[in-house]
Amino acid sequence: MIYLDNSATTVPDSTVLKSFEQVSTTFFANPSSIHPLGGEAEKLLIQAKKQAAEILYVAENEIIFTSGGTEGNNIAIKGIALEHQSRGKHIITTQIEHPSVDNACKSLEKLGFEITYLPVNRDGVIALSDLKQAIRNDTILISIMHVNNELGSIQPIAEIGKIAKQYPKLFFHVDYVQGLGKVPLTLRNSGIDLCTMSGHKIHGLKGTGLLFVKNRTTLFPLFHGGEQEQAIRSGTENLAGAVSIVKALRLIMEKERLYKQRLYELQRFLREELEKIEAVKVNTPIHAAPHIINFSIPGIKPEVMIHMLSEEEIYISTKSACSSKKSDESKILAACGFSDDRAVSALRVSLSYQNTEEELTNFIHVLKEKIQQFKEVME
Amino acid sequence: MQYDHILIRYGEMALKGKNIKQFIIRLQENIQHKLAAFPNIKVKRTQGRMFILLNGHDPEPIIEKCKNIFGIQSMSLAIKVENDPDKIKEAALYALKNATNVNTFKVSVKRINKDFPIASQEMNQVLGRHLLINTNEIKVDVHHPDLEIKVEIRLEAAYITSSVIQGLGGLPVGTSGKSLLLLSGGIDSPVAGYLAMKRGVQIEAIHFHSPPFTSERAKQKVLDLAKQLTKYGKSIQVHIVPFTKLQQEIFREMPDGYAMTIMRRMMMRISERVCVNQEILSLTTGENLGQVASQTMQSMNTINEVTNYPIIRPLITMDKTEIINISREIGTYDTSILPYEDCCTIFVPKSPKTKPKREKANLFESKKDFTKLMDEAIAGIETIKVSARDTETKFDGLF
Repeated sequence: MIYLDNSATTVPDSTVLKSFEQVSTTFFANPSSIHPLGGEAEKLLIQAKKQAAEILYVAENEIIFTSGGTEGNNIAIKGIALEHQSRGKHIITTQIEHPSVDNACKSLEKLGFEITYLPVNRDGVIALSDLKQAIRNDTILISIMHVNNELGSIQPIAEIGKIAKQYPKLFFHVDYVQGLGKVPLTLRNSGIDLCTMSGHKIHGLKGTGLLFVKNRTTLFPLFHGGEQEQAIRSGTENLAGAVSIVKALRLIMEKERLYKQRLYELQRFLREELEKIEAVKVNTPIHAAPHIINFSIPGIKPEVMIHMLSEEEIYISTKSACSSKKSDESKILAACGFSDDRAVSALRVSLSYQNTEEELTNFIHVLKEKIQQFKEVME
Repeated sequence: MQYDHILIRYGEMALKGKNIKQFIIRLQENIQHKLAAFPNIKVKRTQGRMFILLNGHDPEPIIEKCKNIFGIQSMSLAIKVENDPDKIKEAALYALKNATNVNTFKVSVKRINKDFPIASQEMNQVLGRHLLINTNEIKVDVHHPDLEIKVEIRLEAAYITSSVIQGLGGLPVGTSGKSLLLLSGGIDSPVAGYLAMKRGVQIEAIHFHSPPFTSERAKQKVLDLAKQLTKYGKSIQVHIVPFTKLQQEIFREMPDGYAMTIMRRMMMRISERVCVNQEILSLTTGENLGQVASQTMQSMNTINEVTNYPIIRPLITMDKTEIINISREIGTYDTSILPYEDCCTIFVPKSPKTKPKREKANLFESKKDFTKLMDEAIAGIETIKVSARDTETKFDGLF
């Protein structure tokens, strides 16, 4: 099997799974219970937060454990919108966000909020001047993703943060789900108020996530209840999940430090090989995250190619898994100004630190074969 | 090109006379201790300042750690380059480009090495021009710049420093002796400990524990608070006094209105005994004038009668809101407000005297001999060493 769909999800690390199991069996008590078992569970929860805070260079009380990226994005966007609507009802985001940001914003439109969707250039990057122009007196939130999930393009988050800092009334949320462990992002003093991370994209488990909430940022919670997680996310804590994501976080950061260059080299190799194939057009810009390569084979339906490759146990995807079931056109590629035939035929290879050059060589080899096969069938 | 060292400035310490050396050595030790997780760094002393040589480490987390070290007035990231005008230009540009929120700057060149071919004034202009040409939208402002880039051309090399990062100030922990902090688990006492540490005091803590009326979690809370204070110093010894029997006896035998006062007097006596054993010369409390019944002038007078050890009361004249603000800043607030019973909140008499008198307290105490129970409590003290780095061994491997 050659698994090249790591932006959809990753295989859980075995030691992360083991931690999950150990915590689930040994520290099963409710951290809110006042007996010693509960006390122990609470201690472990605090330890997990502390560890996460150290890795991300933030304060312990700025870490909220969530169920993943979609929840993190929803808490951040709706939470800010509902809590601060008296200040204004204008939100700025981009045309290339993940559906959990895009649809959260759309849902707010129904509640009377006005959303500005910033355009992107051919490389999938917004213009800072557009952002500056879009900011108004009643803007309360900017929500912009770090690494794009389909294309791998990187937004200038540090620069956006500097702009956001000049407007103390305005919050800045970053969807960091795809960038985590691949492209560094500084949270402290960056102007970022909220930042979403997910466990299962970094070899952690589904149902685990982290949300960075900068001190003194108030949110209207989506869940009300026992006021766990500073009342931002009520519900008995998923302690095993929390420990497991922190472990996954530590491991991915180590890998990032050691192997990021190698990942860039793999990506360069893949790009060069793809560019050699006449039928293939690479869509991912040169300046991009190291793990994503998006390309189109105009004239071949991406779904067909996915199935042809999976016959050989090679797994890649069309655009993002979360929007894969809808019509074939990639909204994101369309927003970048790619022609229709490219936007409807896009495929995505997404790597992990485990992939090897040999796997990629095989993949290229099979891909060429399949393209040839397809052409023969059609002619 | 990247920042290769951090310049450390110590403010008030520089005023110290002959014993300055011991202050500086202590500061150096404290920095080394705090940065033990960064194996390649070196902490060096030179005249009037200190350097942390980064040797490849990322400066950001190191600066964060240094922000919690008392005795550091301020810090700056710095680059050391050869005495070569082009190298200096490059370094200055790097410093400017890596600073955030800068719209205006100024360059200040100090030429100590007179062999360097360009004079200070001229070098200022050379650098200013270079920076203006290579950046957009950034201007020079010699009076109120957002960023002052300092260039020192010394004999061995040139040093370029940029933004000044504020430190905590104060004196290095350990230069003012030891004090025993009465740590209850509330908001005030950890803040008092922090402020004492700020003046160079090394803290040990004492906590009165009354199981089963107070739970293991209340004790854990105190250990957690102590641990949070270790962030500003080294490890802290916490002396846990088994207080149940003595406390029950006081509340059974002493008149209701005086039980609280007498309990506090017992705490002071026990604390003083611990001081003697540990060679500690003072007590530190979170007392705050007028906050509760035991903190009226009369109460303090009556309670203080039983010890002649100095009592450091850093919060004595503060407002509650000021205390809460510090508590939030140092990160103890969230732990402090956890709702566990402590020894001061159980057995609360219906109407404690807010104006107790010494004579009366002495009279009541003379009717009952508490010596045995006090000795027992002291003999039963459990001492736990809390350090910033130790994690629960039970949790080993989970992360």
